[in-house]
Amino acid sequence: MSDPLLSVEGLSVDIPVAGGTLRAVRDISFQVKRGETLCVVGESGCGKSMTALALMDLLPRRAKRRAQSLRFGKNDLATLDAKQMNALRGDRMAMIFQEPMTALNPAYTIGNQLEEAYQRHRKAPADEARARAVHLLEKVGIANAGQRLGQYPHQLSGGLRQRVMIAMALMCGPDLLVADEPTTALDVTIQAQILLLLRQLQRELDMAMVLITHDLGVVARVADRVAVMYAGQIVETGTAAEIFSSPRHPYTRGLLACIPVPGKTKRGDELGSIPGIVPSLVGTLVGCSFRERCGFSAAICAADPPVHSAASHAWRCVLR
Amino acid sequence: MLVRGEIGPVNGALQPVSRHPVALALAFAQRYSCAMLTYAAKRLGLALLVALAVSVIAFTLLHVSSDVAAAIAGEAATAADIEFIRKAYGFDRPLIVQYFDWLGRTLTGDLGQSLYYKKDVADIVLSKLPVTLILGAISLAFAVLLSIPLGVLAAVYPNTWIDRLALFLAVIGQALPSFWFALVLIMLFSLTLRWLPVSGSDSWAHFVMPAIALGYYAAPAFMRLTRAGMMDVLSADFVRTARAKGLSPTSVVFKHALRNAIIPVMALAAVQLGFMLGGSIVIETVFALDGLGYLAWQSIRHNDFPVTQAIVLLLSVVYIGLTLLADLLNGWLDPRIRVQ
Repeated sequence: MSDPLLSVEGLSVDIPVAGGTLRAVRDISFQVKRGETLCVVGESGCGKSMTALALMDLLPRRAKRRAQSLRFGKNDLATLDAKQMNALRGDRMAMIFQEPMTALNPAYTIGNQLEEAYQRHRKAPADEARARAVHLLEKVGIANAGQRLGQYPHQLSGGLRQRVMIAMALMCGPDLLVADEPTTALDVTIQAQILLLLRQLQRELDMAMVLITHDLGVVARVADRVAVMYAGQIVETGTAAEIFSSPRHPYTRGLLACIPVPGKTKRGDELGSIPGIVPSLVGTLVGCSFRERCGFSAAICAADPPVHSAASHAWRCVLR
Repeated sequence: MLVRGEIGPVNGALQPVSRHPVALALAFAQRYSCAMLTYAAKRLGLALLVALAVSVIAFTLLHVSSDVAAAIAGEAATAADIEFIRKAYGFDRPLIVQYFDWLGRTLTGDLGQSLYYKKDVADIVLSKLPVTLILGAISLAFAVLLSIPLGVLAAVYPNTWIDRLALFLAVIGQALPSFWFALVLIMLFSLTLRWLPVSGSDSWAHFVMPAIALGYYAAPAFMRLTRAGMMDVLSADFVRTARAKGLSPTSVVFKHALRNAIIPVMALAAVQLGFMLGGSIVIETVFALDGLGYLAWQSIRHNDFPVTQAIVLLLSVVYIGLTLLADLLNGWLDPRIRVQ
């Protein structure tokens, strides 16, 4: 087995808030191999976006990142200084965001925004960067790429802007693409196109992808492996097949029960829902963080649950 | 290799229509910023309308507020003298006829005779204009060079000593009356240190203190606006995108953030320069700078209404020109305004 491209050990993100410390991400570990797609799935506020930003060292100023190690290729991101990190960002690792409407700078043409990272990292002349930009715009399915370069973001639709964002992330041919809810803000029909595009590009470029989403439909389409996050922890991880066919953690099961299945869910049938709310992440949480909402909870759940595993499948629960 | 067709149609509405001549012409127009020209033409038209309105107001105020013929005739004049002057100057005609007559002469550069200096108003005003414009330009440059770097630093390092220093300087600037600050400067740099001349307008050294006194008054507004704009923009998504691309901190702050934060500052700069030209009346008087402000003060004291009127009109036109310039700069800096 080859070494993983990205290997996260004991990553935590703390945010000081009024009344204590919000432990947004709590000691998570995961790995991503070259050419593999890991989907991080969970509800709002479970720490999945914070995980993505922590990888890129783009956390808000107040948030503090701690990690035993953040191996990325030959580097440990946890020990790099700002300058070394800047050299990797946009070159070996790139990120696309949820909001294509605001993620592009309104004051510059998309050509300018596409070319600048390539020129910085590759020290490439302008015409080479321009050729690369045209090539990538065509690759993400934008017609008349040469003409588009002179346009401003406000002249493009949301779907087109997200395509531009993807092209921008790919300018330097990164090894890792971190996509934070890349389709959430788009129309459903555009969502499918963008996902297909990401999947195709990822295969073609043999790029690893960490895709953050709350949408299990997205996970089913693109994931090789899945990490389910709850209250800042990864509660279950496995291949997409394992997660969908034999979910072990009650939370994962609950999430899957919430999805209507065409042909199986009858009109008028009740959809699943998970009762209760996510616990506050301020301060220390002891025991299983899901126990308040869990149908299987017992006295033993007040202690930190063990991690069970079978092959590549692992879950943080007393149940086997 | 990916083929475009595999991915499905790109959002239809924004696809270029065809090779139809009209479509090509539109593309051409967009490419060579005809949009910018249209925008500039619209703004210019508006500015001309405002200038016209100002001329009506300047004319009407003067002719309604006092008897112009009596003012020309002087204090010792008899009723018959005044009546003679009224006929000779045409003040007995309907106001609207007088207005168009005056407007016609003004547009051809004939602003009449000064009652006090007995010279062409246009010549007097134009001879004083450079001093005031130089003072305004230096003051604005001083204000901008002081406040924009401080505003940027304050936004990049909020709630640090540099932010507090910027706030302190801003509060001081807003609280000090400019004439008092000017006197303090004179005491310090002219009387105690003897570095700079007290008054006059003969050399560049004469402009240093007036420019500081005038510019420092305008700086706080720029600084606070720059800081507020930068704080907003630095937390914007596109700045995070720029950081995600691994751009240098300099490029993130100056290319991506400041460019967007500076747009409202530009608009304010033009308006502030207008205020500075007005404020130069006080400063020019304190430093005895022989400019438009000093002339305005003297013309008011001497009841020299043609000069006062000419200065009011000129400052208004300059002000309108500056606002137009701010609009054009906005269009140039913000593509969203230009393209609409």
